Amino acid sequence: MELEKQEMNENRSAGTEKKEKRPAELSCRDLTLGYDGKELVSHLSCTVRKGDYLCIIGENGAGKSTLMRTILGLQKPMSGSVVYENGLTSQLIGYLPQQTEVQRDFPASVREIVLSGFQAQLKKSFFYSREMKAAAEENMRIMGIEHLARESFSTLSGGQKQRVLLARAISASRRMLLLDEPVAGLDPAATADLYSLIERLNREGTTIVMISHDLAAAVEYASHILYVGKELFFGTAEEYHRNWLGRRHNPGDEKTRPYVRRPHPM
Amino acid sequence: MNSIITYLQYPFARYALIVGVLVALCASLLGVTLVLKRFSFIGDGLSHVAFGAIAVASVVQLGLTTLSHTAFFQKVSFLGNGLSAFAELMKNTNNMVIVLPLTVLAAILLLRTGQNTRIKGDAAIAMISVSALAGGYILMALFSTSSNLAGDVCSTLFGSQSILTLGISDVVFCAVLSVISAGLFVLFYNRIFAVTFDENFSKAVGTKTSAVNLLIAVMIALIIVLAMSLVGSLLVSALIIFPALSAMRVAKSFRSVTVVSVILAGFSALFGVLLSILLSTPVGATIVMVELLVFFIMSIAGRFHALSF
Repeated sequence: MELEKQEMNENRSAGTEKKEKRPAELSCRDLTLGYDGKELVSHLSCTVRKGDYLCIIGENGAGKSTLMRTILGLQKPMSGSVVYENGLTSQLIGYLPQQTEVQRDFPASVREIVLSGFQAQLKKSFFYSREMKAAAEENMRIMGIEHLARESFSTLSGGQKQRVLLARAISASRRMLLLDEPVAGLDPAATADLYSLIERLNREGTTIVMISHDLAAAVEYASHILYVGKELFFGTAEEYHRNWLGRRHNPGDEKTRPYVRRPHPM
Repeated sequence: MNSIITYLQYPFARYALIVGVLVALCASLLGVTLVLKRFSFIGDGLSHVAFGAIAVASVVQLGLTTLSHTAFFQKVSFLGNGLSAFAELMKNTNNMVIVLPLTVLAAILLLRTGQNTRIKGDAAIAMISVSALAGGYILMALFSTSSNLAGDVCSTLFGSQSILTLGISDVVFCAVLSVISAGLFVLFYNRIFAVTFDENFSKAVGTKTSAVNLLIAVMIALIIVLAMSLVGSLLVSALIIFPALSAMRVAKSFRSVTVVSVILAGFSALFGVLLSILLSTPVGATIVMVELLVFFIMSIAGRFHALSF
């Protein structure tokens, strides 16, 4: 991962030399996001490389979800571009969106939802193949929800629901996952659980891009951090912890602190 | 019981049963999607538009017949013959050649409006559907050839007093539309489920969600036109939504809800038609009342047992 815009680029170029050998998968080039002529994020540039674990953090309404929707091609940037590299296509990105109102009492079994992750691979055919069904079972097993296969989604706990949606996301693709606040509203145990599942996927080679409110966990698990707000930061988690966080958190600056750090629930 | 058997010896009673059950089966297919995708407003709006379309169609039919008899078209005989042939075709298909395309067009337009968040989608649709109702009524009042205008309007809104006037051509038309809409539903079942459950995810992984939404809108239009002849434009939504709501009380997966709602719809239609023959009540309204009863039974059953397969 590299920062293309800011002065930090020079500061840390030596340290990131090694990592930059991994192939880039996704680049944001001078992105400006917003709607109705109002800019939310200005001139954002970053690159995600294979195997990276990127956490996108920032205040509510700073444009994190907008950024993710733009990366997915669900909405157009005001200027700049998102480039998929190295053969990445939208079909090779798994997505875990925030849950919607409709899903609350939707009659769907866990198996049906996980299987729907394969919809992009249906291509011209109408029905899921035997291989896809087997793969869906395997993905449910990875997420530890195989015993819930016949249960109704609406009756599950928050943590179970997120695992179902994560299983659907990896059914869509194991190459790259985009997760929009996967732990929002979960209790500490379920949160820790989901983080370790995501970490395991990352260790096995899946590139992770995650929006998070949980700064402590972001610093702990992520390899890279993107802070979205009036100021932008993009760099490794270590750099963020060392330089930027400290700078922002000097005593006189208390009010501008974006997050109150809380102990990580492990 | 005996009187039912006596009735069933007549072809018109058998036709009524076949058409009733086919229409109800098809109408129930998209119920879940309609309820959960907040598309119910499209169903309601469309049925009103279809009412207007029927009025327009009968005026056009009348106009064409009159026109083909005028001096000009009598002279240019191939044009005159063409016009009267088309008028004849409209008459034979119950004006479907005009009503069907108009309703499909309206479905596409309503879908667009509904998705546009700038205009208040619901309000726009209410406006369109009420205008279609009013316009249709005026057209019928101005150009009606029938001496019984109130009866005509009533049967368009609430369905015929009886569907015992159906001929074999109605049965064939109904069977063809049913096969088309059921076939489309089965083929696109997986995509319809995916887009109904989570449109954002579908779009993100590259499914053409606008195409699927268009398909859903066109199928709703087909089904509404199909069902209108049975229950009339005001009761159409009931035929689409009731079975799904009842099934959702007892079934917990999308497939089981779909299967259960089709079965419930079939039974309701069967009992509704038989009841209406026995009690000489209006067919459409009787079916809707049976479906309401089924809904109450399922609500109670749902407290004890849930299905998922």
